[in-house]
Amino acid sequence: MVTNKFDYIRAESVDDAITLMVKHGMDAKLLAGGHSLIPAMKLRLNAPGILIDIRKIQELRYIKKDGNKLVIGAGATHHDVATSELAHQTYSMLPEAADLIGDQQVRNMGTIGGSLAHADPAADWPGVMIAAGASVHLKGPDGERSVPAEDFFTGFYMTDLQENELLTAISIPLPPEGTRSSYQKFMQPASRFAIVGAAAAVTVKGGKIERVKVGINGLADAAFAAGNIEKALVGKEPTEANIDAAVESTGADAMVMADHFASEEYRLHLAKVYAKRALMAATQ
Amino acid sequence: MPTKITMTVNGQSVTKDVDARTLLVHFLRDNLQLTGTHVGCDTSNCGACTILVDGHAVKSCTMLAVQADGSEVTTIEGLSQNGEMHPLQEGFREEHGLQCGFCTPGMIMAAVDLLDRNPDPSEQEIREGLEGNFCRCTGYHNIVRSIQYAAKKINEPKKAVAS
Amino acid sequence: MTNYIGKAVKRVEDKRFLTGKGRYTDDIVLPGMLYAYIVRSPYAHAKINNIDTSRAENMDGVVKIYTGKDIAESGINGIPTGWQVNFKNGDTMKEPPHPLLVADKARYMGDGVAVVIAESREEARDAADEIDIDWEELPAVANAKKATEDGAPLVHDEAPNNKCFDWELGNPKEEVDKAMKQAHHITTLEFTNQRVIPNAMETRAAIGQYEEATGKYTLYTTSQNPHLTRLLLCAFVLGIPEHRVRVVAPDVGGGFGSKIFHYAEEALMIWCSERLKRPVKWTSDRSEAFMTDAHGRDHISKAEMGFDKEGNVLALRVKTHANLGAYLSTFAPCVPTWLHGTLLQGLYVTPKINVDVTGVFTNTVMVDAYRGAGRPEATYLLERLMDTAALEMDMDPAELRLKNFIPPFDGVEQPGYQTQVALQYDSGNYHAVLKRALEMVGYEKFRKEQAQARKEGKLLGIGFSTYIEACGIAPSAVVGALGARAGLYEVGQVRVQPTGKVSVFTGAHSHGQGHETTFAQVVADRLGIPLDDVEIIHGDSDSVAFGMGTYGSRSLAVGGSAIVKSLDKIIEKGAKIAAHKLEAAEEDLEFAEGKWTVKGTDKSIAFGDVALTAYVPHDYPEGVEPGMDFSSFYDPANFTYPYGAHVAIVEVDKDTGYTKLKRFIAVDDVGNVINPMIVDGQIHGGLAQGIGQALFEGAMYDEDAQLINGSYMDYTMPRADDLPSFEIDRTVTPCPHNPLGVKGAGEAGCIGSTPAVVNAVMDALRPFGIKKDLEMPLTPERVWRHMQG
Ligand SMILES: Cc1cc2nc3c(=O)[nH]c(=O)nc-3n(C[C@H](O)[C@H](O)[C@H](O)COP(=O)(O)OP(=O)(O)OC[C@H]3O[C@@H](n4cnc5c(N)ncnc54)[C@H](O)[C@@H]3O)c2cc1C
Ligand code: FES
Ligand code: FES
Repeated sequence: MVTNKFDYIRAESVDDAITLMVKHGMDAKLLAGGHSLIPAMKLRLNAPGILIDIRKIQELRYIKKDGNKLVIGAGATHHDVATSELAHQTYSMLPEAADLIGDQQVRNMGTIGGSLAHADPAADWPGVMIAAGASVHLKGPDGERSVPAEDFFTGFYMTDLQENELLTAISIPLPPEGTRSSYQKFMQPASRFAIVGAAAAVTVKGGKIERVKVGINGLADAAFAAGNIEKALVGKEPTEANIDAAVESTGADAMVMADHFASEEYRLHLAKVYAKRALMAATQ
Repeated sequence: MPTKITMTVNGQSVTKDVDARTLLVHFLRDNLQLTGTHVGCDTSNCGACTILVDGHAVKSCTMLAVQADGSEVTTIEGLSQNGEMHPLQEGFREEHGLQCGFCTPGMIMAAVDLLDRNPDPSEQEIREGLEGNFCRCTGYHNIVRSIQYAAKKINEPKKAVAS
Repeated sequence: MTNYIGKAVKRVEDKRFLTGKGRYTDDIVLPGMLYAYIVRSPYAHAKINNIDTSRAENMDGVVKIYTGKDIAESGINGIPTGWQVNFKNGDTMKEPPHPLLVADKARYMGDGVAVVIAESREEARDAADEIDIDWEELPAVANAKKATEDGAPLVHDEAPNNKCFDWELGNPKEEVDKAMKQAHHITTLEFTNQRVIPNAMETRAAIGQYEEATGKYTLYTTSQNPHLTRLLLCAFVLGIPEHRVRVVAPDVGGGFGSKIFHYAEEALMIWCSERLKRPVKWTSDRSEAFMTDAHGRDHISKAEMGFDKEGNVLALRVKTHANLGAYLSTFAPCVPTWLHGTLLQGLYVTPKINVDVTGVFTNTVMVDAYRGAGRPEATYLLERLMDTAALEMDMDPAELRLKNFIPPFDGVEQPGYQTQVALQYDSGNYHAVLKRALEMVGYEKFRKEQAQARKEGKLLGIGFSTYIEACGIAPSAVVGALGARAGLYEVGQVRVQPTGKVSVFTGAHSHGQGHETTFAQVVADRLGIPLDDVEIIHGDSDSVAFGMGTYGSRSLAVGGSAIVKSLDKIIEKGAKIAAHKLEAAEEDLEFAEGKWTVKGTDKSIAFGDVALTAYVPHDYPEGVEPGMDFSSFYDPANFTYPYGAHVAIVEVDKDTGYTKLKRFIAVDDVGNVINPMIVDGQIHGGLAQGIGQALFEGAMYDEDAQLINGSYMDYTMPRADDLPSFEIDRTVTPCPHNPLGVKGAGEAGCIGSTPAVVNAVMDALRPFGIKKDLEMPLTPERVWRHMQG
């Protein structure tokens, strides 16, 4: 449990961090909560030469309402989200998911920005962000940009983050009235990451589903939006029968992962069960 | 390249030169001889290394000592006040919440955070609150009782004042 | 009058642990200490063509690097085993060498090949990455049955078909076959009792210290039995003088069997320290622990049980392949044989039993005793057979057991019960524990609930398990005849200090069991003195004369009895001194509540005054030696036989196959109880481990014999929210043959619980037909697949 040698620099601000990344190039890595990076370094699976610590940058740690959006700073910890009244009012699946990440010690340190940047296929935030229709805000030497969460996760531990870019915040449009949400997770029993996780946000108006977003993580190499479910449900009544029919298509186009905890067949089955559970919880 | 760091550990300010790669748990054990904080794994799962950093339970094997520069750290050695055991320490003794004692410091520090967030937890909440801490000896049965004991002890004076 | 025995006295050892002042091996730092990092084989089976350490040797802080070649050239021996089980045809057990570091080829993933010694842990670790090893990978085998097939990779050239021994016990095969032919129904099960990894929360560690000036060696180690380690280290491995070797097992963070054995790293640290003239410390990482701590279980068995029409058991036939790993660990040959086959009588009157076991080498880490050791495997087999037979014969599983139980006997008025498999049970009332458990469950009510739940599509299940174990290990002559290379008595020394305070030295070791409290309760009660006046000392071969350590639920039954023997000697001598001081005849005195009193008078002398007199013998009885210090060896007359009944209630999620353990009821009989709080704690911990095996735990190997779940990210440890609060009770049937009447409580929970949980899941799955080929751990996917048919 000894990492390789590295140098450590504490960044004072977002701009300072970007300047440091530019200066040190590929050898440098950002260190946020450290709860993905440090475990990997202790096992020598990752060996950056320089760590740029962004954990203490205050301008990254907040949860606030900005117009018709909820904005969460990249430095907000899972615990910050789990206990945020604002987050709860926006989508109850936000604190719900936060509470299901790791354990209390992990939630005290790990950050939402770090989790999204790390893009572990079994992580919980990606599915939730997709269901919430979130945008991910990035800042680099050439300025700022934002990417819809749906397009941000590009593969196995891969995102749209470019070299020297820092994830600064996530913004979530406030949902229309009549929206409810849920995140349901089937845990890998040892690590307690998701074998599958399903997040659903459903807006019901006049007894019919007006809008529905479902994000699935754990099933494939990257979290994705379950477009088929969405198509199948819009305009329908939120009945168990309709939901049953809709979730049949879960993961139909996905490259389903397999490991010694869940075969492809079982994982796909679980995805359907958990998509249903999330949709039911958000509607019944 | 060693870095100079300063932090408050169990109420005392300490300044030391450390390598960037020194884990906080090794800093406590090796540099400060605070060996009550244990290492039980290398994958951040077992919680034997749990301490409080700025009041929150943290796995000190998953934090660099340099990250804790400027922080306030409490370990098991700093839990009792004026020679009096903390209600959790007392609870673990009264309810036989420990056997080999190896998980115990981490378990207690995690429980401090737990009772801080939720002073009157149900059995289920206690069990869920301990998901980051493994114990191989007790089957957790008496650990739950120990935390219930402490919660009661902490809450009783408060309740008395309230009524 | 007893003041302490039977009471839930709070533990005296707790304070140091609660305040962070425990002292575990890795906490110890010696002046000038160096740090070792062991380079291990990444392959399960591979030839070492070349090792190049030159780059590593030049790295900062590196003091020395040794390889297997250095070990071989030094002429020392390998790690021995402590038990010999020969082939049925009389051929000697295969016992290939087990070097401290291998020079020619690695035989399991984790086999040590080199050790880097540096000024710091970090430097040792960094240098290890710079050692170049030219490996030639060989085919490997992890499965014990496959390893015996022709053409399987050979772990050791000297063991054809990888067989270490084969062994048989019980009635002749033909008799059993004949009884089976008469059976009305035969239940057959084929299954694996999977390999589990002990995972004491403290990983192993060792510090070797050689002091040139005195010629003295000290080993600090995470051991359950420091004396045995010293004996093996001196007499078998290094050939160093035992009287100059001190082995200290300080506070040890759990063992569960895995810290009984003498490991290569212990000898290696002493060996390195002797060469470098500085202390050397090695501490295992958890990943390393997964690979190198001896694992437990790993039996592949076929078991058949024959019944008559009424459900009476007629015969039992068992064939087992036991995986021993790549080398023989300290107790390895004994676990699947004498600790397994001998327990196949269980609690039943089965008239004919035959068990056949083949011990097999594979390309995996050593397999040895893990909490229960052999007895859980025997119990699993019997209890799965019982529940399956009940289902197949459409009988009630509790009724079927009650029908077949051995009738009650106390071992005093009624003789002990002679089994078909060598043992003689001491005392028991087996019906009583199951009846009490049924009462606690509310059995009839539960069956109604279950029926209702099934109608609603919910899968509730109940599972039973009753068990017996042989503990209090062990009568030396008996185990000697069975192949043990050591005696299994225990040593207890009681030293009364001049002020009447008492120091007790025991060869048993406490690593969670609370000996410092339980033993003190016994001593304080017998001497009639306050608990605080007694100190229990263990774990240091320099202060404790000798000992055989802690395992097999033996500490109190054997170690406690040795102390009682010494206490008797103290009281006897005290009486002589008291008689002299009181000017009375010895026979006129009685000893109670810490004083000798002349019967029928108020003339008395306190224990403390007698002690002082013994050390200041101015006015002293003639012919009596001064001082008060006695040591005793206690060799038990028989094993002790705790037993019990466990019941699990589970709910299986129909959609996912996830099993929730809802209730767990355990009624155990561990004989007399000195400290009920501590005994309960032992039961709780054992239950969690047994339940862990049923639902969560199990080592997984791929086809190259690579351990693929060697970390907590992949190996499921039971957590607090995976378990319910346990409902436990006990009956008390004293052991007739030891002075305390105790039987042992360390392993009970772990032995009974596993089959109860599995049986409960099978019961829950009843609507899907009778299922029996479901393998542990009962992961959600396995259960789900079962429901798919
Ligand atoms: C025991 C344990 C259990 C866990 N269980 C779960 C679980 O159940 N579910 C789950 O989702 N996660 C789980 N995690 C992971 C945890 O949520 C991590 O905190 C998270 O994945 C990473 O966040 P971090 O702040 O710790 O990031 P770090 O570890 O600091 O960084 C992770 C990666 O992201 C990069 N990075 C960090 N911040 C930024 C940024 N702002 N911009 C650009 N790049 C950045 C880093 O350079 C690094 O490559 C677990 C972790 C542990 C140790
Ligand atoms: S040592 Fe296991 S979590 Fe820190
Ligand atoms: S008391 Fe031993 S691990 Fe918890």
